[in-house]
Amino acid sequence: MTDTMMLLMEILVSGLLVLAGVFGLVGSLGLLKLPDLMTRLHAPTKATTLGVGGALIASMLYFGVFMDQFSFHELMITLFLFLTAPISANLIAKAHVLREEQPEKLPPTGAACGWATFDETADPSRPPEA
Amino acid sequence: MLRKLFPHPWLTLTLVLVWVALANTISLGGIVMGLILGIVIPAITAAYWPDSPRIRAPLKIVEFVLIVLWDIVKSNFIVARIVLFMPRDKLRPAWIVVPLDLRQPEAITVLAGTITMTPGTVSADVSADGRSLLVHCLHAPDSAGVVADIKARYESRLKEIFA
Repeated sequence: MTDTMMLLMEILVSGLLVLAGVFGLVGSLGLLKLPDLMTRLHAPTKATTLGVGGALIASMLYFGVFMDQFSFHELMITLFLFLTAPISANLIAKAHVLREEQPEKLPPTGAACGWATFDETADPSRPPEA
Repeated sequence: MLRKLFPHPWLTLTLVLVWVALANTISLGGIVMGLILGIVIPAITAAYWPDSPRIRAPLKIVEFVLIVLWDIVKSNFIVARIVLFMPRDKLRPAWIVVPLDLRQPEAITVLAGTITMTPGTVSADVSADGRSLLVHCLHAPDSAGVVADIKARYESRLKEIFA
């Protein structure tokens, strides 16, 4: 590989790392700044994915180009992150809905049953809770 | 016999690939170990997979993943701008209801996960009959637009993927 290309790769890797750092910081700042739990939940589920993602792509490029050892591990971390982030966010949201929200205050489901957190059976003979 | 050994062939294939990737070398031993896991794990989790998802258009998955990845990048910038620059009293968080046309549990799970990963929305709950999703928006001055967007961009594509 020519020197110019090496330089370009180095700039790309550094740029990705800086981007990752900025988004990690913004995600944490969001946790601090946003007013309540549901809005706070938005900051770490989004801003941090690009934070971690940027660092992972940078790592993959660095080891692939400069160390000549391509690694699958970054892809696996991305996969597990994308599988687990929505589920943990959903669990936190459900716990919040159960503990802090009244069923009447949530929008109606548009059917003769409540939201699954409050009405787990969907028994049509029972009146909707919301 | 083959059906019994591999009740979920796609799950088995995924497990083998993931195991080989985790080991980070392609060796016979790794593939055999992956196959063992790919047979044992579907067998012991069979109770949670009553019927396998029917996938009609596997190639559409690639298009869907690319669109979602692009939207995740976009959503990061949108959320970052809201966190950094929007005054807190201008913020309009809202609950919205997305009525579902999808019926397969696997398809609804993918849609809920996608909603959580993309612009300013987190899916919080599903209705007890599985016909609508409760979604929280970080900043939604126009909630009907958000619903239309989710249905057109993600749900219609998932409907093509899952039979």
